[in-house]
Amino acid sequence: MMQKNKFQISNIFRNQIFIPLAALILLALFNLIMDPSFFKITMGQNAAGNPVLSGYLITILDYGSELAILAIGMTLVTAASGGQDISVGAGIAITGSVILRMLCGRNSRPDELQMPIICAFLIAVLAGMLAGAFNGLLVSWFKIQPMVATLILFTAGRSIAAWINNNELPIVSEPSFGYYGNFIPGIPIPTPFFIAVAVMIVTALLLKFTNLGLYVQAVGINAKSSRLNGLNPTFIKFLTFVLLGVCVAVAGLIKVSRLSTINYSVVAKDIEMDAILAVALGGNSLSGGKFNMTASIIGAYVIQFLTTTLYKFNVKSTALPAYKAIVVILLVVFSAPVVREFISTKWKQLRSTDKIAKEVA
Amino acid sequence: MKKKLLSAIMSVAMAATLLVGCGGSTAPATETAAPATTETTEEKTETAAPATEDAGGKLIKVGIINNDPNESGYRTANDKDLKATFCEANGYDAQFAYSLKNDEQIAAAQKFVQDGVDYLLLSAADTAGWDSVLKDAQNEGIKVILFDRTIDADPSLYEASIVSDMAKEGETAVTWLAGQNLSEYNVIHIQGVMGSAAQKGRSGALDSKVAAEANWNIVTQQTAEWNADNAQQIVQSVIDAGTPFNVIYAENDDMAKGAVAALDKANISHGVGKDVIVMGFDCNKWALEELLAQNWNYDGQCNPFQSSYIDEIIKKLEAGESIPEKTIIMDEKGFDASTITQEDVDNYGI
Repeated sequence: MMQKNKFQISNIFRNQIFIPLAALILLALFNLIMDPSFFKITMGQNAAGNPVLSGYLITILDYGSELAILAIGMTLVTAASGGQDISVGAGIAITGSVILRMLCGRNSRPDELQMPIICAFLIAVLAGMLAGAFNGLLVSWFKIQPMVATLILFTAGRSIAAWINNNELPIVSEPSFGYYGNFIPGIPIPTPFFIAVAVMIVTALLLKFTNLGLYVQAVGINAKSSRLNGLNPTFIKFLTFVLLGVCVAVAGLIKVSRLSTINYSVVAKDIEMDAILAVALGGNSLSGGKFNMTASIIGAYVIQFLTTTLYKFNVKSTALPAYKAIVVILLVVFSAPVVREFISTKWKQLRSTDKIAKEVA
Repeated sequence: MKKKLLSAIMSVAMAATLLVGCGGSTAPATETAAPATTETTEEKTETAAPATEDAGGKLIKVGIINNDPNESGYRTANDKDLKATFCEANGYDAQFAYSLKNDEQIAAAQKFVQDGVDYLLLSAADTAGWDSVLKDAQNEGIKVILFDRTIDADPSLYEASIVSDMAKEGETAVTWLAGQNLSEYNVIHIQGVMGSAAQKGRSGALDSKVAAEANWNIVTQQTAEWNADNAQQIVQSVIDAGTPFNVIYAENDDMAKGAVAALDKANISHGVGKDVIVMGFDCNKWALEELLAQNWNYDGQCNPFQSSYIDEIIKKLEAGESIPEKTIIMDEKGFDASTITQEDVDNYGI
């Protein structure tokens, strides 16, 4: 780990967090050179007259947050099960639909909310956990490949979401419901960022004060030997899916709060791919084992940074995915252990020849 | 024992398919696969029947291929309308298949052709790629009726197409916008899924106007894929860049809503007599309410109620009449926030 050889520069390249950080810096540099106004942040007011900060960086913090939340859960699932959950987008549709159903009741355009938002959210968390438990059960108990197991909810989830609300599209007119996806009056930083930070703190505490991180890694590296050491791999895999379910519910709250409504078939579309990419960008092995949570979170913000950059430079809409793919290829190749090892040794060589040159001089 | 039994069954099955294959090869079809040929012969007899049997109260079999009903309010209304018309009470035996993806829709069409439906009703996700499956349908004597969306295929392959003229919707909207007499038009153009008929028609009208007029500029042109979230990010990006704009031309209501959310965040006024003109399409009820509240300026209708038109055509075809006009264009309106009434919202909102 880094702490041991803090001053060896060559080790920076070996550190997992180097890849997402380098990507972030690269993107930032690119924007700085092309147009420094990218980093401008201005203080303004929104339509309700509350102070808000605006600028590209704020946009990244805002929209990257739900991705960061999902990346946290996805990292755990990836590490423990060696596979990914591709149903998180559908899960967001389900949990979002549950929140709206709870708030609106049978009336799709209620004048007042049927219950406090926090209650609706907690019920949605339960729904998210249930969906996660379903996936987790298939993966841990029935030993189905995670991608195949979660394919079920991936396909059915959005229809379930529509069914929960009887295929209506509820709209919440209560302004306080919009706080979670926008701004709390008087606080100029977007709320999703605070929510993401809260989730990060909880995760950090969980990893620090429980053995969750250790157990997850042990199960991911070798489920059999971890069982011989007294762990229960089935339960731990199951647990990670349930935790991802909680993350999905939180992201679902942010998503439906942004517009105070939902569109079942397109809400959080393809977000699972971005979440998996965030994990990969964080240098985590997609086949399970060791993980670095911080790297995943930075990875999530890097993806949003990239999206926002592409929007800013008005990349022709049809070509957008192609650009994204190119950048992704570069990043993934760069994060491959072989390449990193290569760079690290090259750096060492460079240093030693440098020293020799100095000594000779 | 088990293995022996299994192998016996297998060999019998194989022999059977071989035999069937030989028998079927006399049929004119060029397909070589045995099951397909047997089915073709079956269907030929079946599809020839309904014309005579119809009087005896036989249900008309229709296969309906539609986009995902959860896609939008438009689609939900469309699906409800179809389900209400094509029910057993009205003499139909309807099967439904839903997908937003063209290839899945084509697969569903192939299945319907194999099932031997009498009519294939189709709202294609994409305009291309339908020729071969529609030719198969034609060979089987299945009549194809397109609704809601046109396709790039020879018109002889279908009986009729009941469509919204998306290009006309776009033109109506652009003409309305031109009528606002702004000194300069700086438009944020938020497109639907690229390649869909709605996107092409609605984009086309605006694109040609922008090319023709010197004072019309596109500030940004991006696809949000009918997604409010993406639309919000696109508009947010323009606001962050500080580029001035005064029109939002969103190709459906959801995306207009997303765009408006971004405007609200930046305290940019929108609606009748305000800084930014907001335009949407599809006439969702909530969108028309926004118009009524003067928060938006324009909403173009996209009529989802095709089933009565389709029903009429099927009745005519069953009676042996010919369809005079292949393309039937439905009546569609455009609503202006300054003239819209509560009555319009109730009648045309979906």
